[in-house]
Amino acid sequence: MIEPILIFKFALAIIVFAISLGVAAYATYGERKIAGLFQDRFGPNNAGPWGLLQPLADGGKMFFKEDFIPAASEKFLFIIAPGIAMFTALMTSAVIPWTSAIVIAGIPYQVQLADIDVGILYVFGFVSMGVYGIMIGGWASNNKYSLMGAIRASSQMISYELAMGLALLAVIMMTGSLGLNEIVDHQKGSLFGFLPNWNVFKQPVGFLVFLICAFAETNRAPFDLPECETELVGGYHTEYSSMKLGLFLFAEYINMFVSSAIIATIYFGGYNLPLIGRFITDPNTLAVVGFLVFFVKILFFIFLYMWVRWTLPRFRYDQLMHLGWKSLIPIAIINLLVTAGFLILKEY
Amino acid sequence: MGLSEILAYSLGVVSITTALLVVFSKNPIHSVLYLILTFFSIAGQYVILNAQFLFIVQIIVYSGAIMVLFLFVLMLLNLSGDTEPQKDNVFKIISVVAGGLLFISMIAMLKGIGNMNLPASPDSQIGLVKNLGQLLFSKYVIPFELSSVLFLSGMVGAVMIGKKDAEDIN
Repeated sequence: MIEPILIFKFALAIIVFAISLGVAAYATYGERKIAGLFQDRFGPNNAGPWGLLQPLADGGKMFFKEDFIPAASEKFLFIIAPGIAMFTALMTSAVIPWTSAIVIAGIPYQVQLADIDVGILYVFGFVSMGVYGIMIGGWASNNKYSLMGAIRASSQMISYELAMGLALLAVIMMTGSLGLNEIVDHQKGSLFGFLPNWNVFKQPVGFLVFLICAFAETNRAPFDLPECETELVGGYHTEYSSMKLGLFLFAEYINMFVSSAIIATIYFGGYNLPLIGRFITDPNTLAVVGFLVFFVKILFFIFLYMWVRWTLPRFRYDQLMHLGWKSLIPIAIINLLVTAGFLILKEY
Repeated sequence: MGLSEILAYSLGVVSITTALLVVFSKNPIHSVLYLILTFFSIAGQYVILNAQFLFIVQIIVYSGAIMVLFLFVLMLLNLSGDTEPQKDNVFKIISVVAGGLLFISMIAMLKGIGNMNLPASPDSQIGLVKNLGQLLFSKYVIPFELSSVLFLSGMVGAVMIGKKDAEDIN
């Protein structure tokens, strides 16, 4: 007899996997539609009604393209690199609490794959792993543009991780826990009677620093220097073709989805919506509503990613490093000290 | 044998194999990649011990930060077997002796393991953040603070060395 909790977690893993892929696929469609909107054109509109089948057509096209491996490349590493990028992108979603506990046959189940003690550090660790796919792919291609892209990716990742960690520390200090579940629970209720008790209102500076760093860590514009096509052809994936290229591009959209989910969890109350508990008492209905609320928040941040990409120009490389080391890190440290000061004042 | 024992032994085999491959690979980039695998298998051992904090710190610090820097530098240098300088025989003999001495001292450490007093049922919650933090800030606070001073001086030293180079260029 298999324990019901195992069956539940297994089913949840498959559902989370399917949702990640589905959202990432339709984010590519959304990206092109939004780009169309911003540039006053239609975007994809031929495949299916309103072009809705475009992601499937793109995926099919990727599979049928010629799969080219450069003769001078490191074959094994060249092949495995897109897989690493995809793997690290998918791993991060394991600790996100998707909604409040649901009750099946009288037993409550947490809708979270792994409620580990170090939740937020786990996210942090696997985000920093993400650079390996890019670095290995860029180096194994044996192409100078790819190598430059890989090196840019790694230095960018290292620089922005610091500010990101410092911004997170302020939230961790306020919550007193590293678990994402506790961080969400801590944001229940309201602030001053009219604002939701979300961390974004208590940590506005930390939120801005975290958001900028999240853009940099996912290699999205205006921080997409690793694949800067005006300088580096295609950056780290110059030599890639067929579905290997597809996996690299797809991993970026999955990263975007997961980081939106994490921003919503840490700063926007996760699945919480103020006062919702007063109208709905059944835990299962509450869980469904919570999931929908969470999803709306995630979609908003995915939209924000696209909004910024089609609005702002790309940074120059030295500007990127200046922003990371000379602005964001000092701001994050000051934010951390101010937060610590407030916490001490509150205690006395 | 339980599941965790099978996992521990297979992780041990992976760590030793990859650690040997670090030494035997001709290409320094391959060495670094094998070293990353070694660190991951060690992190896996921490998970089996329920030392979650140690696990994630191992991944963030070693696999995430230090190895990325290593890889970064090696990719820039683009070393290979042809460009590696050949060492003379005296140097080789000295390294064999030094390595052998290290090996003997490690075997000497193994000898004492049988007499160690291990608790019959160790506290499985000791590796969680809360318990670890309380230990670090009460019982081990002085070594903890001393090591942070060491880190700080290392950072200041790195800045000093970097600054001197910049002045030379100007």
